[in-house]
Amino acid sequence: MDILRFITAGSVDDGKSTLIGRLLYDSKNILIDQLEAIEKSTNANGEVDLALLTDGLRAEREQGITIDVAYRYFSTPKRKFIIADAPGHVQYTRNMITGASNVNLMIVLVDARLGVIEQTRRHSIIASLFKIPQIIVAVNKMDLVDYSQEVFNKIVNEYSALAKSLALKEIKFIPISALNGDNIVDRSSKLAWYEGECLLDWLETVEVYHNINLDDARFPVQLVIRPQTEELHDYRGYAGKITSGIYKKGDAITVLPVGIRSKIKTIEKDGIEIEEAFAPQSIVLTLEDDIDISRGDMISKTDNQPAVSNELQVLLCWMDNKPLIAGNKYYLQLNSRLVRIVVREIEYRLDVNTLEKEYNPIGLRLNDIVKVTLKAASPVPYESYSRMSGNGGGILIDETSNSTVAACMIL
Amino acid sequence: MSTYLIDIIGLIDVVVNAYRTDREDMTNKYKLNYLEQLESESIHIMREGVAQFERPALLFSGGKDSITLMHLAVKAFAPAKVPFLLLHIDTGHNFPEALEFRDGMAREWGATLIVRKVEDTIQKKSLTEPKGKFASRNWLQTYTLLDVIEEFKFDACIGGARRDEEKARAKERIFSVRDEFGQWDPKLQRPELWNTYNGRIHKGENVRVFPISNWTELDVWNYIRKENIPLPRIYFSHEREVIEHEGQFIAVSPFIRIDQTDVITTKRVRYRTVGDMTCTAAVESEANSLDEVVNEIIATKISERGETRIDDKVTEAAMEDRKKNGYF
Repeated sequence: MDILRFITAGSVDDGKSTLIGRLLYDSKNILIDQLEAIEKSTNANGEVDLALLTDGLRAEREQGITIDVAYRYFSTPKRKFIIADAPGHVQYTRNMITGASNVNLMIVLVDARLGVIEQTRRHSIIASLFKIPQIIVAVNKMDLVDYSQEVFNKIVNEYSALAKSLALKEIKFIPISALNGDNIVDRSSKLAWYEGECLLDWLETVEVYHNINLDDARFPVQLVIRPQTEELHDYRGYAGKITSGIYKKGDAITVLPVGIRSKIKTIEKDGIEIEEAFAPQSIVLTLEDDIDISRGDMISKTDNQPAVSNELQVLLCWMDNKPLIAGNKYYLQLNSRLVRIVVREIEYRLDVNTLEKEYNPIGLRLNDIVKVTLKAASPVPYESYSRMSGNGGGILIDETSNSTVAACMIL
Repeated sequence: MSTYLIDIIGLIDVVVNAYRTDREDMTNKYKLNYLEQLESESIHIMREGVAQFERPALLFSGGKDSITLMHLAVKAFAPAKVPFLLLHIDTGHNFPEALEFRDGMAREWGATLIVRKVEDTIQKKSLTEPKGKFASRNWLQTYTLLDVIEEFKFDACIGGARRDEEKARAKERIFSVRDEFGQWDPKLQRPELWNTYNGRIHKGENVRVFPISNWTELDVWNYIRKENIPLPRIYFSHEREVIEHEGQFIAVSPFIRIDQTDVITTKRVRYRTVGDMTCTAAVESEANSLDEVVNEIIATKISERGETRIDDKVTEAAMEDRKKNGYF
């Protein structure tokens, strides 16, 4: 059985939590006691509020909004699903990004009455930036527009234009009503003009992009294992998770950024020697030569190495309430490597509405998407995020608050 | 079109198809199944929990989740021993079978186990014991936990919480930063992207690290079955004296109040989760093997906490409130 990780995105009140509640409810993935619990918290008119299934925090239930991403797990005979139920409010975009960074598919909810709005664009930009391979545009609240095909088609055209400018390719449009359960688990007779799959059918059959690169071997060292026992006195193992590629015993390797060469002596998984290992396995490597390697170093094959530089061109999604200021210093954490960087030059900000680049912008705030140059205190082995996301996406950390302030995608 | 061109196109097709089949074979050969993916993710998190902190500890109760966690830890750091202390907050209301198992496993792994008793905290701090039929020390554990974090200056506690357990947990990050009072602020969680975990903290703060966040109850059982991990015998069918309370079976023990109206019966039961005897209910079951337990879990219509935990039913936000106060 394989697994599909997906996120629901859309604006406040587009019905994301209701949609997930409906998916779980209609696919019989809600257990009796959970249903009883939400029935207990239902208000006077007696209807079950399906959003209460995912809005788990007191403040969320009080305000009827989703503040932080909630993870939900369900399965059908065909597939396992991990859902990131993300907030729609612009203030909580960083929580939405948290969910978006680990998915194969995004469901973009569009209110049939409103069409494509700013949050639709913002979330689609995020899908594009994070290279989410599959998109479903779920046109919701079709019941409130009399299940009109015309309204649906208009939104399809509107969104298709947006998708084209963002280079989003795999897009599926589905008209639904999450509240009434139309086209969620079963095809709805009220939407007979729609000939495609209902939402669950599509989720069960869409190709899961494994997004795993087996060609370019990259192994960031997490920690050094030194048992220091009598029989393993000189043992030094390098523990980590392979981000891409395949490693075999005897492979010629280069340790970056220093550039020292050696050969793989053993590959161990769970303390047992194996002949080869591949992404995304967590393993331990030992080398033929006794060299100085520590956390943050990268072991790549000598005939296929990543770029190494002190200067990085990156796109940042700014996620902190404090503004981004050119000349400020931060930590860049890229896999296990932590380096101090300074933000050198802010080239442009992406206008979420027009998708135009605003050069030399001033006053950079929460949720801005900007292109900057980073200068690092020591060299960084890296890839472009679009080519190898596992070694091209990092975070910026504020040195004083320790907060994660930006998602950083290397160009 | 000339035959020459058709030949060329045909040849390209052959090459492309051969390449495709080659890629598919390769992808199938180098593919992890779902449990292997979860295992690798958890080992990576566990290693981050050790690499980024000075003094991590692993919370170990002798229950199935922390046993799974320890099993993963042994794999993560082999051939070295696990590089942290095991910590158990003993409420005094535990199942004796779980405690016996806890001590036996710690010995087998050669790990150092620190046990701190809620009883001692109650005496030392003159805390008020909760009253009632199923008086639970669940809330009080937090005081003991925060004291021992202070005592050993632990900066990270690795725990076996899962997001599918409960809806406040469903919201928590894998690296969950707690302030110096151990409090979780659900409105101020750090963004957490990809597999990059930010463990930087100020003095006095600590991080709760949850390597099996993305596992479901069924995943844990399937993994235990696959790896043949030993469990305390209360997870399998056995005879026990119980009373029935609001449709749940509670073991007869010195820690609950038996009223005259209670009827004590002997049932064949097992436990789905192992917490305190005061707040954990048993399920009727004949399941003696891991296969049988897994089949019952697949067939169940009630969630793990719903079926077996009395303490979560008190309010809608019971878990959120406990976490805000420093609970795990």
